[in-house]
This record gives sequence, structure tokens and C-alpha cells, in this order.
Amino acid sequence: MKVFKLIFKNALRHKLRTILTVLGIAVAVIAFGILRTVVTSWSAGLEASAANRLIARQAISFIFPLPYTYGAKISSVPGVEEVTYANWFGGVYIDKNNFFSRIAVDPETFFTVYPEYILTKQEMETFKRERNSCVIGSKIAKQYNLKVGDVMTLEGDIYPGEWQFTIRGIYQPKEKSTDASQMFFQWDYLNERMKQEMSGRDGNVGWYIIKISNSANSAEISTKIDALFKNSNAETKTETERAFTQGFIASSGAIITAMDFMSFVIVGIIMLVLGNTMIMAARERTREYAVMKTLGFSAKHIIGLILGESLFVSMLGGALGLFFVIPIVASFEEVIPKGFFPVFRLEETTIIMAISAAILIGVASAVFPIIRALKTKIVDGFRFVG
Amino acid sequence: MPPIIKVQNVSKTYIRDNFEVPVLNNINLEIEEGDFLALMGPSGSGKTTLLNLIAGIDTPNAGQLFVANTDIATLSETALAKWRANNVGFIFQFYNLIPVLTAFDNVELPLLLTNLSKAERKKQAETALEIVGLKDRMDHYPKQLSGGQEQRVAIARAIVTDPLIIVGDEPTGDLDKNSAEEILTLLERLNKEFKKTILIVTHDPHAAERANHTRHLEKGDLV
Ligand SMILES: Nc1ncnc2c1ncn2[C@@H]1O[C@H](COP(=O)(O)OP(=O)(O)O)[C@@H](O)[C@H]1O
Ligand SMILES: [Mg+2]
Repeated sequence: MKVFKLIFKNALRHKLRTILTVLGIAVAVIAFGILRTVVTSWSAGLEASAANRLIARQAISFIFPLPYTYGAKISSVPGVEEVTYANWFGGVYIDKNNFFSRIAVDPETFFTVYPEYILTKQEMETFKRERNSCVIGSKIAKQYNLKVGDVMTLEGDIYPGEWQFTIRGIYQPKEKSTDASQMFFQWDYLNERMKQEMSGRDGNVGWYIIKISNSANSAEISTKIDALFKNSNAETKTETERAFTQGFIASSGAIITAMDFMSFVIVGIIMLVLGNTMIMAARERTREYAVMKTLGFSAKHIIGLILGESLFVSMLGGALGLFFVIPIVASFEEVIPKGFFPVFRLEETTIIMAISAAILIGVASAVFPIIRALKTKIVDGFRFVG
Repeated sequence: MPPIIKVQNVSKTYIRDNFEVPVLNNINLEIEEGDFLALMGPSGSGKTTLLNLIAGIDTPNAGQLFVANTDIATLSETALAKWRANNVGFIFQFYNLIPVLTAFDNVELPLLLTNLSKAERKKQAETALEIVGLKDRMDHYPKQLSGGQEQRVAIARAIVTDPLIIVGDEPTGDLDKNSAEEILTLLERLNKEFKKTILIVTHDPHAAERANHTRHLEKGDLV
């Protein structure tokens, strides 16, 4: 107990220096938390992608559509369990900064292929029945304060005009990593309006999603699907959902990698900062360590004192940082474009990593001062002049 | 009774900038239990070095050191630390109290290495502070005390474990005349009343006068 008192008093010897170091660690933990949250949120999209789903898109570019008629042909490939299709709608909801996916889907099959979007039976039935209905993710519902029965009006861009939908369901995400910020509506509704208003743009879907019975056969099935449409004027490129998502975010991947790297650089920097503080502190106390050794205190006591102080400062900074990083990440979520990340939350692993980082910083910073304090002979300690 | 301190053919050399600096040459010294010896000599003559060897915070290059029935030149660092804690009380020129601890906590510090209970430690530390006349100042921090008072706290810390031997390296070197007088009276009392063997280093003849014997060191030789 007395030892803790000494550690505590030592740490507060230079109050300003300690406060600044604690704040430095806190800021580092906050930065670490935010950066890692960006990184993990980004990869959450990847993790959410199932291994037993294939995506078939237009071979030249994702922006070109595929004929609606492909669906039946794809279904005939052995190993394919279910085929559904989707079409990117885009559009503006109230304000163009309100970014979330709005996708036209096949209500009959879509939710079989995507079991992670959970609708009640009744919601599902109404959605299938009503032509201009839509379902939204729980996150969207919360964000815009929407409920079943509300009308959602989108201003079309890819598909010009005003589009009105009645919300008939709010889907719940099955996993934490499931994207709960999307809006789905009937592809038939889009297709019919295209047929009437912009003939020639009807009968197309954006991409096919294929559920296969055995993910081990994904390569083989992909090849077979692509072979079906070889030499047609809309060749396909089929790959696993994961590969597709990865390709989709590849351009941003470099930034994410940099952030990933930076989060650890920050830990390294703050390690040097605390290390420096501890070296200064231990240096100033050279004489006191000599006194303690003279009185019979041994290496383990000196280690305890220095390590204890270092950990005390780093844990205090870590705790302070964690205390603030949670609301900061939450407010961060407010300012980044809505739906930019399917999920943006501080993960438990990030918190554990931040705590581990604080401990690591504390331990690493104590190493040099400890070595020095132990190596200094008592007589040299007494002769030491700061 | 054999002498409590027996220094036999002890030599000490320091290495400085790759040069060997001989500090003590073949020193022989015996001190009886209960004696009060003052070691004098000019600055740089090796007084501190000899004191440190006897007190077990430095080791000789040659020779033997029998202190409190132990051949301390052969002890490992850990064993030596334990031996010091049990047998020697230290007083330094610059008091060397821990600045963030109160007088009481400073005095209690050596007792943390014993397995005394909290209450026993308290009693013992208070007794030591009482002996040096500072029980009423036990909650003061070193910077709230005068130099003389700090040195008295240091003496309380030196005696709190009831060691056989007390060593002081210029214990009055940094004090005014009156405070020095107080400290010397206190040391005298520890020697007479509490039967402690005391060895001090000083170059103040007034201080040396208060000891039972005086020995002189000249350039590493005891004369
Ligand atoms: N730890 C040490 N390292 C190197 N040289 C030392 C050390 N301790 C003492 N010396 C040298 O040994 C000599 C004697 O020192 P010291 O015993 O402190 O003398 P005194 O106490 O009589 O003034 C001096 O020249 C001093 O510089
Ligand atoms: Mg000296």
C-alpha cells in the first residue's frame, strides 16, 4: 500500500508534465480509436459478405446492365440454389447529402438470398403485394424517424422523375456487421415506369446475386455462368460476393491501409513521448534510487516503482481517452455522410486493442529507465549530478 | 570480543576514462563494537570510498572486510542488500530524504522491507522520531523542515531498524554550527545511550573531537 502511495506521489511530482503526458496518451487513444473504427467499419462490409453468394455483373463495367432474361438461364446451372437480381437506383432523399443505398430488388427471391435482413412475415407479404412499397433498414428508420406506413419520396437521377414509395417494412440486421442502412423496393415498379417513360431502358437488371449450395464450388459455378453468356453482347463476370466487394472498395483500400498503419504509428509516437517522460523522471531520481538501494530495496522494488508509475500514467491516459473516444466516435458518425459506412461503431476489439496499447506503452516506456536505474551502482548514483 | 569492523589489506581502484585511479592502498583498520570513530583527511583522500566499503554499498578490488561477523566482500549484491538493511544505518551529507514522503513515511521506509505489522512499524517509526526530537513534525515534508531537522529525520531513518552500526558521511557538512552541534550530540547519545557503533567521515575537527577516536587518511593510506 505504501508502495502505491510512493508511485502515486512520484507520478504527481511534476504535475504539469504528468498532465500533459496523460493528455497526450488520451489524445493518442482517441485517434487510435477513431482510425481503427474507420478501418474496422470498412472491413465490416467485407466480413458481412457471405461466401456462398456469387455476384454476376456486366463484364465490361458494373454500370452497364444485364438482361432480365439471364436469370432463368443462371438458375439452370447445377449447384445454383437461388437467383435474385438487383438494380442500383441512386436518387436523392430530401437532401443530396443523405447517402444510403436505394436498390430495386425482386421481392420474391431477394430475402431468401439475403437472410441477414430480417423482416416479419407480414411485412414480407405486404412488400411482395404492393407494387410501390419499400422496406428500409432499421438504421435508416431511426435516422430519419420513419415508420411503417410513411411515404418516402425520392428524386431520381439515374431514373429521372419523382418516385414515391410507401414504407411497408423495416428490416432488422441479423449481425452487428449487417448493413441496416439500405432501402429496397420492387424492381417491377421501376421496370414498369421505364417501359412507359423511357422505352429501351426496361427489361434490365443491374446485377444478379446467386446463392450456391456449396461455397467450395464457387469458382466452377462462376465459370459456368460466364460461359453461358460468352460472345453475347452482354457478357458477364461472376465472382464471389467477397471478391466483388473487395474490388468495389479497392480504390479506397490504399487510404484504409494508410489509416491502419497510422493507428499503430500513433501508438509508437506516444510510446516515445511517455518513454521520454519516464527517462527524465527516473534520471532526476537517480539519487533517490541509490538511497533506496542503500536501505536494502532490491531490483524488484525499483522495477515496481518505475513500472508502476509508467503504467499509472499510461492507464490514466488510456482511461481518459476511452472515456472520450466513445462519444467522439458517435458524433463522428453524425458528421460523416450518412450510410457511407454500413456500420460505424467502436468495436470491442478496438477497445481491447486500445487498452492493450496503453499497457504496452506503459511497459515499453519503463524499460529504459529501469535498465538505467538497475545498472547504476549505488556509489555512482550518489555521485550523480542531474 | 573480536572487533565489529575489521578491514584487512583492502584496496580499491576506480576506472575513469580507461585509466585506473587507485583510491585506497592496502588499508587495515579495526573498530571495536560500541566505538565512535571519526575518519578525517583532505578532500579526495578516499574517506567516502572507505566508508562505503565498510557499509557494504561498494566492493573492494582486494582484501577482506569483516563487518558484523560477516565477510561482506564475498556477498552477492542481493545478500549484501539484505545485510545492509539488517546491520547498517546510513546518514548522508545531503540528508537524502525522499522529497515526496513525509518525515514519518521517510522514517518508516526501511521498515517496509521487514515483516512488521503496520501498527508495529508505526510504533517503531514514532519512537525513532521521538529520539531525534521530531515526533511533532512527522507529517511535515522535507522541504518544510530546516537542514538540521532534515538530518535528524535522516538519523531517525538510520536507527529505525535498530542496526548495529551507523555510518555518516560528513553528517554535519551542510549544516550551520548550531544544527551541527545538535547532530553531534545526537550521535554521541546514540553511541553512549544506545550502544551503537558509529563511524563518521568528516573534515571538521570540531566534529572529530566528539568521537572517541580519530583516524586520518592521506591519498589512500591510513596514517
Ligand atoms: N564511483 C567513483 N568512480 C570513479 N571515481 C571515484 C568514484 N568514487 C570516488 N572516486 C574518486 O576516488 C577518489 C576518492 O574519492 P572519495 O572517496 O570520495 O574521497 P573523499 O571522500 O575523501 O573526498 C577521488 O579522486 C574520486 O574522484
Ligand atoms: Mg567524501
